Amino acid sequence: MMKVRFACTVNDEPVEVLVDGYKTLLEVLREDLQLTGTKHGCELGECGTCAVLLDGQPVLSCLVLAAECDARHIITVEGLAADGRLHPLQECFADLGAAQCGYCTPGILVTAKALLEQEPHPSRERICEALSGNLCRCTGYLQIVEAVEAAARLMPSETKAG
Amino acid sequence: MTSRMRVIGHPRRRVDGRAKVTGQTRFADDIVLPRMLHCRLLRSTQPHARIVRVNTAEAARVEGVHLVLTGESFPIPYGILPVSHDEHALCRDKVRFVGDPVAAVIARDEVTAEQAIRLIDVEYEPLRTFASPADSLAYPEPRIHDYGDHGNVHKIVSLQFGDVDQAIADADHVFDDVFFFEGNTHLPLEQHAAVALKDGDGKLVVYSSTQTPHYVHRALAKALAMPAAHIRVIATPNGGGFGGKSDPFNHEIVVAKAALLLDRPVKICLNREEVFYCHRGRHPVLMRFRTGVTNDGRITGLDLQTLLDGGAYGSYGVASTFYTGALQTVTYDIPRYRFRGCRVFTNKPPCGPKRGHGTPQSRFGQEVQLDKIAERLGVDPAELRLGIVAPPDSLTANYMRVGTIGLAECIRRVVERSNWREKFRKLPLGRGVGLACSSYLSGAGLPINWNDLPHTGVQLKLDRSGGVTVFCGATEIGQGSDDVLVATIAEVLGIDPFDVRAVTGDTDLTPVDLGSYSSRVTLMMGNAAIQAAERAREMLAAAVSARLGMPSDRLVFADRRVFDSGNPSTGVTFQEAVCIAEARFGTLGTTGSYTPPKSAARFKGGGVGPSPTYSYTAAVVEVDVDPETGWITVPRVWIAHDIGRALNPTLARGQVEGSVYMALGEALMEEQAFRRLPARLSHALVHKFPSMLEYKSPTSLDMPEIVTDLIEHPDPAGPFGAKEVGQGPLLPIMPAMANAVYDAVGVRIDQIPITPEKILRALQAKASGKPARLGPADFPDIEWPEALLVAPPWEGGDGRASNEPTRRSRRKAEAGIEATAGVR
Repeated sequence: MMKVRFACTVNDEPVEVLVDGYKTLLEVLREDLQLTGTKHGCELGECGTCAVLLDGQPVLSCLVLAAECDARHIITVEGLAADGRLHPLQECFADLGAAQCGYCTPGILVTAKALLEQEPHPSRERICEALSGNLCRCTGYLQIVEAVEAAARLMPSETKAG
Repeated sequence: MTSRMRVIGHPRRRVDGRAKVTGQTRFADDIVLPRMLHCRLLRSTQPHARIVRVNTAEAARVEGVHLVLTGESFPIPYGILPVSHDEHALCRDKVRFVGDPVAAVIARDEVTAEQAIRLIDVEYEPLRTFASPADSLAYPEPRIHDYGDHGNVHKIVSLQFGDVDQAIADADHVFDDVFFFEGNTHLPLEQHAAVALKDGDGKLVVYSSTQTPHYVHRALAKALAMPAAHIRVIATPNGGGFGGKSDPFNHEIVVAKAALLLDRPVKICLNREEVFYCHRGRHPVLMRFRTGVTNDGRITGLDLQTLLDGGAYGSYGVASTFYTGALQTVTYDIPRYRFRGCRVFTNKPPCGPKRGHGTPQSRFGQEVQLDKIAERLGVDPAELRLGIVAPPDSLTANYMRVGTIGLAECIRRVVERSNWREKFRKLPLGRGVGLACSSYLSGAGLPINWNDLPHTGVQLKLDRSGGVTVFCGATEIGQGSDDVLVATIAEVLGIDPFDVRAVTGDTDLTPVDLGSYSSRVTLMMGNAAIQAAERAREMLAAAVSARLGMPSDRLVFADRRVFDSGNPSTGVTFQEAVCIAEARFGTLGTTGSYTPPKSAARFKGGGVGPSPTYSYTAAVVEVDVDPETGWITVPRVWIAHDIGRALNPTLARGQVEGSVYMALGEALMEEQAFRRLPARLSHALVHKFPSMLEYKSPTSLDMPEIVTDLIEHPDPAGPFGAKEVGQGPLLPIMPAMANAVYDAVGVRIDQIPITPEKILRALQAKASGKPARLGPADFPDIEWPEALLVAPPWEGGDGRASNEPTRRSRRKAEAGIEATAGVR
């Protein structure tokens, strides 16, 4: 099977591996880099569970070929905490019941992070819009939306930019 | 128990919260082991066919393929209920639905396994397809299974509590309504996965996304003919369950067998399409409610018939059938009652337990009929219900023992919060409100495999570090069972929840808990945890009181200390207390267990429905319906839930809102529906849309505002007074929606889901002078067996049927069934 070079930055660390050419970014993250924090719910781009940030934009990693990621910057849930501290979104999700089974949580966290970086104080409607591609079967979304709002209040603007 | 709670009742971060937000929670598919192989299943393309021949030779020759399995390797059947061990891990003689697994390939990776699967040649001899209950009732042959009550009827039951016909004849009004509730599925985001391996001792270990490791343990022992003591099942945290991971599954048994044969770890993770085939979700149910009512709105008698489309296997179906008729009397005062239920086999993925198990369908019918009754009598539907709430601390006509009932308070609360009186029948055309109620079990009173053993066990280990480890077989499926366990221990011992480590869902390490189903974990595990913790506290108190020279009843456990209630500065730290006790008693450990009280129902079928206590819910749903298009949106829901006590209000609210969400999906859009392929293809009966894109479920944009009230009056049966919260709040939403649609545009949609198309059709019917209703026309004539006659308690009954075969002969028959069930 043809191997391709996967060389990019994952969670601010340079990564270089040879992977099967057919593999998606999701498969490389989970299987070749052991970053199993990113989940999958359909592998057809329907559920949002596998969302990661590609150059700051949320993408469905099940629909991105690994070969497309050369020299790009990827952020997964494992890259949210910094300096031994959870990201405010993570703190608020844990405190406010926004994660029940936790399976959709990594995808929703990175999607919410991208939203807050672009819009530090989004309205509730904007949060719902931004998360509308991420299915959650446990919470009914309300505690998720509230956690995003709480995180927005907690975050100093420089954190949001970073 | 200390009078002031320090943990219980306070909103808290759940103990596993950090792992979930960092991606550290290890789900089954996240497990990667050295030398691990991958499994894929070949699934039937035929809905009902004899397997003539399976040729695997070509698949076996593919490079990288290690093993190909067929039904020949799995001669022993299994199943969740002892009365329906009707599944084989891979089909042997016939297939029963499109998606039934026929063969398995174990290969170095999934891609290779998938390639090899396509080279397996199966020759089928098609049989008649049973696409609906009508088919199954019309044609007894060919039988989908060679067991069941007769033909393609899996289970048919008939129970009568008092002279219902007379009660209805004596009523001032008789209401006779037929309803239909379409099937729908759990749709957990995590696809089922399992990893099996042979450990260093040569024993079998299976990690699986299961809600019921104990039953998987039993099924593996039986199907693989292995001693249960040589099998370890570890339930990984489930990425959503909702009942869909409560059966032992074919894929779990296949990878276990493969790991034993190959002596290498073997993993399977189903794809999304396969999850739709695993199903075990909501049964489609057709139902007829005949209800006698007095002029002042009291029910004289209820005659209920239900017809369940069971799909291709038994699953929990016998229990599901009884559940369609079990809880009507627990909610409302119904002095005489007849229930007749029939479950048929069809050639579709098997139905089973989904959140609310068997009760949402008939709850829908009952609550919509009550709305019609109120309308006819000219009474407010809230007032009508307040007049008929079941009496607390009583036995129902069908011998369910109810304890505390907060339903009246729930109704009053949602009426007040929603401003019901200003809205009901007063809003402009296109906007409406509807009200409905429900009740649900806090755990099933009887175990699946009848025995005298506890339903749950908890062990506690305290050591000189001051740490406490709690062991319990309960399974974390997102509902927060680990948090309940830890919080309970922390409250009793006066320490912080994060001082406690929970080890759960592991049949080697933890005492048996029957599983995360029937809303049983908080009540049963919680009670067992309190017992174990109180025993530990007694030991610590005895040792500390001897050391400090004061009576143990003066000692308080709080803030990680054990101290004198009269003089808080006199005391020791919790860690010191543990050391003092360890020095005195040796290694410290305690246990707790829980067995529900005996049921008052002593007739056959009375095993389904009893519970240590019941939760109650009332809800008001507000809808906007476009009278031109039928388009429906839901701006607001008010819901009040009698929870006894909310152990962690953050999580309790999450369960209520999650239930409302899932109910909205069922009410408005979700359908596990089927269609025929075109004749030029195979004409096979297939799932209409086994994908998340087309199986519509609500998104964040579809969510209404939800106003949640938790009604807290501690129930003596529950831990710290807690009742269930995971399932009950789902139940009233669908009927409240239908009632709101009627309030908004004056049409009755007696069928779930309530889609714009159905509303529009009903509006068109109304406009052309036809009945303003959409729903099933009638209920088929079913040849019911003679009803078991049980006199209600107030008519001199003792819980037994007067015309039942003797218990002795019944026992004998049950013993025969149990003997086939493997582990006991």
